[in-house]
Amino acid sequence: MSLALKALKKSPWIFHVNTGACNNCDIEILDCLTPRFDVERFGVVLVGSVRHADVLLISGPVTQNILPRLKRLYEAAPRPIKVVAFGACGCRCGIFRDGYNVVGPMDKFIPVDAYIPGCPPKPETIISGIVKVLNQL
Amino acid sequence: MVKKIPIGPFHPILEEPEFFELHVDGERVIGMDMTIGWSHRGIELLSEHKTWDQVPFLVERVCGICSCSHPYAYVKAVEDLCGVEPPLRAQFIRCIVAELERLHSHFLWTGLAGHFLGYNTVFMWTWRFREPILDVLEAVTGNRNHYAVMKPGGVRRDLPQEEIGNVLKLLDTLEKNNDMLTKAIVDDPVIHARTKGVGVFNKAQCRLYGALGPTARSAGYDVDIRRDHPIDAYDKVKFNVILCEHGDVFDKAVVRQLENFESIKIIRQCLKLIEDTKPGDISIEIKEVPPGEGIGAYEAPRGEVFHYVRSNGGNMPMRHKVRAPSFNNILTNELSVLGNTVADAGLITAAVDPCYSCTERVGIVDRRDGTRRVLTEADLVRLSHEKTELIRKRFAEGGGNR
Repeated sequence: MSLALKALKKSPWIFHVNTGACNNCDIEILDCLTPRFDVERFGVVLVGSVRHADVLLISGPVTQNILPRLKRLYEAAPRPIKVVAFGACGCRCGIFRDGYNVVGPMDKFIPVDAYIPGCPPKPETIISGIVKVLNQL
Repeated sequence: MVKKIPIGPFHPILEEPEFFELHVDGERVIGMDMTIGWSHRGIELLSEHKTWDQVPFLVERVCGICSCSHPYAYVKAVEDLCGVEPPLRAQFIRCIVAELERLHSHFLWTGLAGHFLGYNTVFMWTWRFREPILDVLEAVTGNRNHYAVMKPGGVRRDLPQEEIGNVLKLLDTLEKNNDMLTKAIVDDPVIHARTKGVGVFNKAQCRLYGALGPTARSAGYDVDIRRDHPIDAYDKVKFNVILCEHGDVFDKAVVRQLENFESIKIIRQCLKLIEDTKPGDISIEIKEVPPGEGIGAYEAPRGEVFHYVRSNGGNMPMRHKVRAPSFNNILTNELSVLGNTVADAGLITAAVDPCYSCTERVGIVDRRDGTRRVLTEADLVRLSHEKTELIRKRFAEGGGNR
C-alpha cells in the first residue's frame, strides 16, 4: 500500500453532494459530526470543496437539472475517489423513481463503490458504511 | 464597479441545491438574483398516481426537516374534503409530534447559524441538545426522521403510555438548555455586533413579499396559522405568538429561541389533556373520498404549509397542490441582503432557514475585464469567521463595535 493511500485511510475527507434529496440524509450526515457520534474522532472531516475530497457522499435521486453538475463534480474530484450512494433515493431513487424529472439512480451515470440504504440511514449505519468503504482500499 | 458572485448550486454542508447570484460593488451587495428548481422531482404529479393513504409517505419527503408538517397539511386537506374530524387522542398525538419537530428544527437552525458566525461551540452544543428530541421521536413514532405518523382520519401509532414520562423528562431538560442558549445569544456582544441591523426585512416588505413564519414574525408581521385558523388540538391549548420588531438576523434567532418555549408549553398541555382520552382510539376509517375539493394548512417551523386536493371520487387525488413557505421566504433575501457585505450574505440567506444552500464554489466575475476569481464555500465561511474574529478582538481591546 502506498504512503498516500495509507494516509488516506487514516483520515478520509468527505464531500457531500445533494442531487435532489429531501435534506434528511444531509442532516443525518451532519449529525454524525456532532458530539453524540463525533466521527471526527476517526479523522473523518466534511470538507467544503470537492478538490479536497477522498470520499463523495451523494444523496438523493438524480434530477435532470443536477445531472450535468454531478458529472462535472465527479470529474473534478481528485483520484483515488470513493463514491458512496447514500439513502434509499441515492441507491434506487426510492419513492421518487417514477418522477418525470428524475433521470435515475446515480450508478447509471458514475461508478459507485458502496451503497448505504435507509430513509434516512441512521448515523450508526453511516459510520459502518464509511468503514466498509475504507476497508476496500 | 459591479461584480457578480454566483453562490451555488451546491452547498457542502446541508440543504437543497440553490443558486444565488450576488451583484457587488466592492464589499457591498447591491443586488441579488436567484435560481431555484435544482431538486425538482415532480412530487405533485407523483402524488396524483398514489392512493389517498400512500400520499402522506410521499409528501413527508418533500422536505426532511418539515417531515411532519407536509403530511399534516395534506391529511387536513383530505379530512376537509371528507368532512371528518379525527378522534381527540389522534389530535393530541399529531400536535405533540408536530411540536417536537418544530423544536428539533429550531435547534438545528440555531446550531447552523452559530456555525456560519464562526461559533462552532454553539453548533456542537445545540446539536447535542437536539439529539434527545430525535430519540424521543424514535420511541414515539418509530423513526428518527420521517415519522410516518399522519394518516387521513387519524394517526398510525398510538403514543405508548410509558413514553409520556420520558417526553416530560425531555421537556424539562430542553427547557433548561434552551434557557441557557437564549441567554447566551442575547447576552453575547459579538453576536449582537454580527447580527443586529444585518439583513433587515421590515413589516411592509413582509406584507409585500408574503413572508411567512419566523421570518415574518421577527419583523412584527403577526401571522401564525396555528392561532389564526386552529386545526385539531390547537384551539384546546394556550400559547403565545412570538413577535419581534426589527426583522434582522438577531430578531430571527430570538423569535426561534422563544418559540421553543411555546412549543414546550404546548406539548406539556397536550400530554396533560391526552390522559382523559381512551388509549387505542387513534383513527377513524375513511371508506370513500367523495368528489370535491379540500384545503389544509399548517404552521411548519418555517411558515405556513398549504395543501390543496381535488377528488373525482376515485382512490387517488385528481389534483394535489403543495405550497411551501420557503418559496416566499427565499425571495425575501433579494431585499434583505442589499447594502450588506459579502461576509454577511451567507448569514442573511441562512437566516430565513432552509435556504442557505449551496456554495459548492463562489466565482467572482469582473464585468469590466471578464476575469474570474473562484472562491470555495470554505472561503465564504472563512470570510464570515474572520469578521467575527475582528469584532471579538475589537471588543477585547475595549473598543466596542466600530
